[in-house]
Amino acid sequence: MELHLHEEAACHRADLTLKDFKSGVEPIWCPGCGDFGVLQALQRALAANGRPPHEVALVSGIGCSSRLPAYTSAYGFHGVHGRALPVATGLKLARPELEVVVVGGDGDGYSIGGNHFMHACRRNVNLTYIVMDNRVYGMTKGQPSPTTEADWDSDIAPGGVGVSPFSPVAIALAAGANFVARGFALDVKPLADILVAAMKHPGFSFVEVLSPCITFRPEEMDWKKAIKRNAIQTTSDRKAAMAAVMGADELMSGIIFEGDRPAYGQAHVAPAGMAAIEGEFIVDPAA
Amino acid sequence: MRSSIAICFAGSGGAGAITAGSTFLQAAARAGYYGLMTKLSGAQVRGGEAAALVEIGVEPLDAQPDRFDVLIALDWDNVGKFAPEVPMDSASIVLADPAAGKPAEAIIATGARLVDFPLAQLASDVKGRGNMIALGAAAALAGIDSGAVEQSIRDLIGAKGEAAIAASLAAVAAGAEAAQSIDSDIRLRPGHPGRRWFGSGNEAIGLGALRGGVRFVAAYPITPATEITEWLAPRMGAVGGRAMLAEDEIAAINMAVGASFGGVPSMTVTSGPGLSLKVETIGLAISAEIPLVIVDVMRVGPSTGIPTKSDQGDLDLALTGTHGDAPRIVLAPMSIADCALTTERAVHLAEALQTPVFVLSDQSLGQTQTIIDEPTRRAEPMTRAMESDKSGADFRRYQPTADNVSPMPAPGVEGRQWVAEGLSHDEFGHPSNAARFHVAGLNKRRDKLENHDYGDIWGEVTGEGETVIVAFGSSVGPVKEAARRLREQDVAIKVVGLRLLAPIPKKQIADAIEGARRVIVVEQNHTGQLYRHLLGAKALPAEAESLARPGPAPFRPGEIAAHIA
Repeated sequence: MELHLHEEAACHRADLTLKDFKSGVEPIWCPGCGDFGVLQALQRALAANGRPPHEVALVSGIGCSSRLPAYTSAYGFHGVHGRALPVATGLKLARPELEVVVVGGDGDGYSIGGNHFMHACRRNVNLTYIVMDNRVYGMTKGQPSPTTEADWDSDIAPGGVGVSPFSPVAIALAAGANFVARGFALDVKPLADILVAAMKHPGFSFVEVLSPCITFRPEEMDWKKAIKRNAIQTTSDRKAAMAAVMGADELMSGIIFEGDRPAYGQAHVAPAGMAAIEGEFIVDPAA
Repeated sequence: MRSSIAICFAGSGGAGAITAGSTFLQAAARAGYYGLMTKLSGAQVRGGEAAALVEIGVEPLDAQPDRFDVLIALDWDNVGKFAPEVPMDSASIVLADPAAGKPAEAIIATGARLVDFPLAQLASDVKGRGNMIALGAAAALAGIDSGAVEQSIRDLIGAKGEAAIAASLAAVAAGAEAAQSIDSDIRLRPGHPGRRWFGSGNEAIGLGALRGGVRFVAAYPITPATEITEWLAPRMGAVGGRAMLAEDEIAAINMAVGASFGGVPSMTVTSGPGLSLKVETIGLAISAEIPLVIVDVMRVGPSTGIPTKSDQGDLDLALTGTHGDAPRIVLAPMSIADCALTTERAVHLAEALQTPVFVLSDQSLGQTQTIIDEPTRRAEPMTRAMESDKSGADFRRYQPTADNVSPMPAPGVEGRQWVAEGLSHDEFGHPSNAARFHVAGLNKRRDKLENHDYGDIWGEVTGEGETVIVAFGSSVGPVKEAARRLREQDVAIKVVGLRLLAPIPKKQIADAIEGARRVIVVEQNHTGQLYRHLLGAKALPAEAESLARPGPAPFRPGEIAAHIA
């Protein structure tokens, strides 16, 4: 049985702009990194979403893209490698009125954190998860990730790993994510629109963002030309979405699936005071 | 008349040995006695053999008994496997149905007196069950009032209706009647009926967490800790909190860390293998200064070890587990009742000092049920510092303070946004590789723990003597019972039970062992982990001795007394 989570009515401000979500911290990213586009799109989206910075929490793991929380003015949590989703899950369940957004990369989310990705989709807590997928481990200087092509040559796997990449959107759909989309980092405005829709959508929203790594995958800059925009037909039919993404070109952007699974909630439990709980331990022959 | 007795109910799975034991213990509580009950089961998930080891007495009991007075075998199917855990001698009696076949060889070898007791026939005569015949016999041998037995049956199976109650009561009466002819003198002195507290260590940890203010718990199933989360799950909801079943151990601790970052006192619960998986995130919580309670109900390790048996071998892991220099607070409850107090205090310390706090319990404390006087001691609440007079560019999450604890506003507070950071960071929380910030952070996190006044939570000293035994956790009970017996032989013993294992309460230990001629550290693990910990910090004299013995066999007072004497 799916249960509804009762979130407190959140305040909405129409006067917020991208600048309200900037921090003074200088990104460590390489000049030309796709993640700059994602940061800007997210700042725009947060402004459009209307929740002020102090009511937003950005949670991340480890990797280039996981540095993002410090580059915004929101609350942030930069945790350990691969564990951003459980941190965000705990935070959102403890504080349902907050806008909680999870950010990270393909190694963090699909490899070391793969188990949490699957279960976050299945659990359907009202989070937005943005993966900046550059198909490479950038911070450790160029190793293949779960989305890297099988024949991509690298020092650690000369001639390629020989293992096919997986499709993150297909996995998200199969595992039960309630909103699945793919964006392109350099299409800032369309990406911002996708992110706003993801934040507004109840349940677990997953946005895979193709984010070129200019340093270790310079050929990914060609995505700018190759990406097919508006080629995706949004559906609320999970099977149809599944059929559309299986084996399809990954270089397509747009909202793939918008479902109606109720977000994760909690069974209603009759309130009890501590006195009643303490009393469970008492054996009293006089009673 | 006796002041305490020990009875074992045993049989194949489904025979009802555990129900007989639980009802016997409840009846004893109603009749004004104190008690302990340990459950044993075979390796099978369901079915297989089971035994309830029950000790009851007119005074509170600190330890498992050295020997058993009575074993009641509901049948002999594999019951012999329990023989090493049910020590008996020629003064013990074994009640068994001749129709159930030949008693187990290992039981015969103890020299206990075998008494033919036709359980099946008696049960069939009254259309009842053999385990209730056994209960009636045990209550009669112990001299427990039949009214107390009846009330306990009503409490436990009342929901099944009057017919079921009547059948059980008839069987209890038949068992008691049949026991009249048994030549035995184990009747207890009269008890002192009054309010008693009845529960296990695992339940007490749950209670302490709620008392302390924990409103978020996340865990992954693991023996022997799961019952804590199962106990908390419905009650957490009832007090407005949440209990989460995580997809794995690492997710569980990260969920708890996330909830705590959100301003809600949080806890994760596990046993050794799970703690091994959690250590990276423990380092994060230490570095980012996130309050968190981590409960480890220790079992025999390493690796999968013996999941259902007790050991104190996770101390090294709790003290040092994670990379880098990462000081933490480690507490260990020294009795079942103390599980509640220690956990409550752990929550306060975690919140007040913004750091992970360990509660090191073990299978023996966790899964033993006890009858004690209602514990009244409570810890004075301490809470998280969330307020700051600074905001905007002036707000520094890790600003230096006199007590090294900095303001930690929760998300939602305007103008004080900060980023919890596992990277070495400056006072604002911004990542930095600079040596001065890194060293300042190490000093801050060390000093806030070292300089805190832990008050009387550090431990408890009982008795006086030039021989001092230092112990922690579930070893304290048998040590205290051993000391009591030695005092009866005019050997003066002082017992120092340590609740605070890190930071080491060096001054309190020094005061407690001043003038001692002999100091012995007693613990249930193979390498003397507490002994090495205290000796390494020069908290003990170089000539201090170690009595370290691993699980799975429980520490018995006689074993400790024999070592000391």
